[in-house]
Amino acid sequence: MSETMAELVGFDEAIARYDPLIGLETHVELGTVSKMFCGCPTGFGAEPNTQVCPVCLGLPGSLPVVNAAAIESTIRIGLALNCSIAGWCRFARKNYFYPDMPKDFQISQYDEPLCTDGWLDVTVHPEGAPPSQLRVEIERVHMEEDTGKSLHKGGATGRIHGADYSLVDYNRAGIPLVEIVTKPIAGTGSLAPAAARAYVTELRDLLRSLGVSDVRMEEGSLRCDVNTSLAPRGSGSWGTRTETKNVNSLRSVERAVRYEIERQAAVLDAGRRIVLETRHFHEDSGTTTAGRSKEEAQDYRYFPEPDLVPIAPSPDWVAELRAALPELPAARHARLQSEWGLSDLDMAALGNAGALDLVAQTVSAGAAPAEARKWWLGELRQRANTEGIELTALAVTPAQVARVSELVASGGLNDKLARQVLDAVLAGQGSPDEVIAARGLAVVSDDSALLAAVDEAIAANPKVAEKIRGGKTAAAGVLLGAVMTTTRGQADAARVRELILERLGQH
Amino acid sequence: MTAELTRMTAAEMASAIAAGQVSAVEVTQAHLDAIAAVDGRVHAFLHVSAEIALAAASAVDARRAAGQPLGPLAGVPIAVKDVFTTADMPTTCGSRILDGWQPPYESTVTRRLREAGAVILGKTNMDEFAMGSSTENSAFGPSRNPWDLTRVPGGSSGGSAAAVAAFEAPLGTGTDTGGSIRQPAAVCGIVGMKPTYGGSSRYGVVAFASSLDTPGPLARTVLDAALLHEAMSGHDPCDSTSIDAPVPPVVAAAQQADVEGMRIGVVTELGGEGYQPGVLARFGEAVELLESLGAKIIEVSCPHFGYALPAYYLIAPSECSSNLARFDAMRYGLRCGDDGTRSAEEVMSLTRGEGFGAEVKRRIILGTYALSSGYYDAYYGKAQQVRTLVTRDFDTAFGQVDVLISPSTPTTAFRIGERADDPMAMYLADLCTIPSDLAGNAALSVPCGLAPDDGLPVGLQIMAPVLGDDRAYRVGAAVEAALRERWGHPLLDEAPELTADGMGAAGARSTK
Ligand SMILES: [Zn+2]
Repeated sequence: MSETMAELVGFDEAIARYDPLIGLETHVELGTVSKMFCGCPTGFGAEPNTQVCPVCLGLPGSLPVVNAAAIESTIRIGLALNCSIAGWCRFARKNYFYPDMPKDFQISQYDEPLCTDGWLDVTVHPEGAPPSQLRVEIERVHMEEDTGKSLHKGGATGRIHGADYSLVDYNRAGIPLVEIVTKPIAGTGSLAPAAARAYVTELRDLLRSLGVSDVRMEEGSLRCDVNTSLAPRGSGSWGTRTETKNVNSLRSVERAVRYEIERQAAVLDAGRRIVLETRHFHEDSGTTTAGRSKEEAQDYRYFPEPDLVPIAPSPDWVAELRAALPELPAARHARLQSEWGLSDLDMAALGNAGALDLVAQTVSAGAAPAEARKWWLGELRQRANTEGIELTALAVTPAQVARVSELVASGGLNDKLARQVLDAVLAGQGSPDEVIAARGLAVVSDDSALLAAVDEAIAANPKVAEKIRGGKTAAAGVLLGAVMTTTRGQADAARVRELILERLGQH
Repeated sequence: MTAELTRMTAAEMASAIAAGQVSAVEVTQAHLDAIAAVDGRVHAFLHVSAEIALAAASAVDARRAAGQPLGPLAGVPIAVKDVFTTADMPTTCGSRILDGWQPPYESTVTRRLREAGAVILGKTNMDEFAMGSSTENSAFGPSRNPWDLTRVPGGSSGGSAAAVAAFEAPLGTGTDTGGSIRQPAAVCGIVGMKPTYGGSSRYGVVAFASSLDTPGPLARTVLDAALLHEAMSGHDPCDSTSIDAPVPPVVAAAQQADVEGMRIGVVTELGGEGYQPGVLARFGEAVELLESLGAKIIEVSCPHFGYALPAYYLIAPSECSSNLARFDAMRYGLRCGDDGTRSAEEVMSLTRGEGFGAEVKRRIILGTYALSSGYYDAYYGKAQQVRTLVTRDFDTAFGQVDVLISPSTPTTAFRIGERADDPMAMYLADLCTIPSDLAGNAALSVPCGLAPDDGLPVGLQIMAPVLGDDRAYRVGAAVEAALRERWGHPLLDEAPELTADGMGAAGARSTK
């Protein structure tokens, strides 16, 4: 934290002179019932050190036994990422001392990962530019066990430095982790930050659709390290990379890459060199600060884990798992687009707003796709933005939106009333039907009640009426507006329009 | 009566107890008395649990009285190497760093022994974390060889071997990583078996070298060793390297005890120069004996055995450097220098500095070096290749013969302190035993007489293929029976009597 505020080069200026190279290492906590090598439960939020046993505490004499469900999840992830699945591979020990690591080594995989050489197609949505496709190459997917968690008490920063004492919670120790490593991603230029975000978003959706993890970045079940390096534009000679940790949201992924590009450009412009190090991202300021230096490479003394036998998934089993994969997000996206008849841009807008699932559920509940899309991206997104929350956090269900949409289509509500109904639903006043009943918000389509208002409007606007009589039916909108005002918006606009034209001899 | 009880074999004790001729409590008390009488000088035990032992014994007596079925070792006392975790007794591994540690869980082997009705007397001394061949590396002082209290009982399972040889217990458990069961058995004049790797569970065995550690039995007769072998072995889902196959029929093989028509290979590379003449003399007689019993003796060459010892001293330290990392003062055991001024890292290194003995440190440093980046291929990687070659030597040999034999050790028991400052000399004690650890096959040591040059026990090693443990017992039992007939009594009858008051007198009988 002693580092002074770094100088930055503006992003556009940085990209004009440097090509960025990014790479992502993502750790996913698998949602298995028990830990990687013992039977302890994996639930989040239990009292410290209550989900532990001799094995995950690494007590002398204890031995690991592989959780078959974790292997299965990892293979499914590998298959969904188009990887080759190893016919035979081993765990390895990664040796280093740290109090939150019960055995002072981590069981991981080293030179024999379970899944290798895959890819994930992602759609990059840059602000103010059309979406573009990017194929991200996956280098490897491997398994390892999570460590415990250190809590540093006292001191100002909550970091180990300056703390009075530290507590360790081993509940997390031994929870199965899958690490997904991309190959370096080059050629994205100014899209690098958006590309990083798009990759993590797509990966998160993929993992969620596989049901292997709850992929909650805020709870740490999806953790991302972002590697960034620069090369002078067009030179292809990549500089030293930094590894940014503590990137805990999709937005942060994008900001972290952007910041590192700006910071590294400034360092290189000043003729200094990039230090090989881990950097910590700070959510509040959107900046990174130097962490552990990697200039002197730590020697983890990897060697094959002698306590475990090799993993040798049979080709039949792998084929079975492949056949049983669910519809993956990319395929689903394509299917929905063709079913709904939406353009690429429309779909991109849905994706960006995180509204794809909501719209799909609203359509399933009976709404027309265009209507469902209109509600979620229009009215409801505005409300979510005002409140500063995600669409999914709004207090309205897709089924309720579908009901409102249905009432509008059948003429039971007009748009204005529909908005009032949704406001009431969002305010917790009940379902759309309950709100309508309680407030008497039904559309007035009774001709006798409407005719009086129509006649009143004609009388008050003789010149407009004359134009309509003369065949300029477009002018009917003025009279319609007047009727809507007198009926406080509850009139059935279509019927009012018909009545106006009828009255003025245009029917 | 007491002396007679402790001189019985485990098989005799079990049947006497089952028949009601003697109670389990009487048998246990007799052994507790023996420990009280002699262990001050033998120092086989680090911890004696008299109350727990007597309670277990009276539970056996109660079962018998109630007519309930008894386990195969019901009421038979046993000495457990202090490397097995026990939920009701401390487990120290002979190390200061675990002094006073009380495990919260039970090892699979001791759980099975208790289920078989065995009565655990206590925990026996060992070289620290099973690293050594003499028990001199124990943080709690060496054990002594009952044949000559100035000599080592071998190691690392020296405490269990000494307890069995001194009639403090009829049975003992050990672990064999480079010879830690067979070598002490040989120099104490008893039987010791390293089962096939994976044949007995390592769950709850504090690890030295995971790919080598093998729990096994120590006993005074081949049949007793087989009974214990059978009771402690079998597949364990808690140990991934445990073999999911039936335990080989070791008890039946020990009872069969004949070698008629068997092909027995004498390993050229295990003998000759550097071996004690008295050891070679007794080994030669054993070969003649086997031939006279109807076996076909074939000379077999295992050309890579000469590289086994150096390969072992890369593989075992490498694994131990990782296995012993967990002793970091954070969760259990010793903690030094935690006075509020030191970082966790400083407390870790102070504790490890104070808590580990010299030999353990030597091996951790050796292993850390061998696994280092840039050295891995030349050391650990190369050693693994040697391991493969040694295994192939065995495969080839077992294509020609049923079992292989050699001396168990190049020399008889050496004097306490004699090799303490010379690690290389100490390491040579395991010259004959290490190949079977590297290859993971079964190997038994049975007494084959006293070396004519120093009057100390010599062991005959019988090596059998993976999961061919029964073959080793069959040959061992045949040798045991033939020698007993020749001598007219068991070899241990020649050991000096250890009396309560002073050094033992010389043995009353002679082998001639
Ligand atoms: Zn656990």
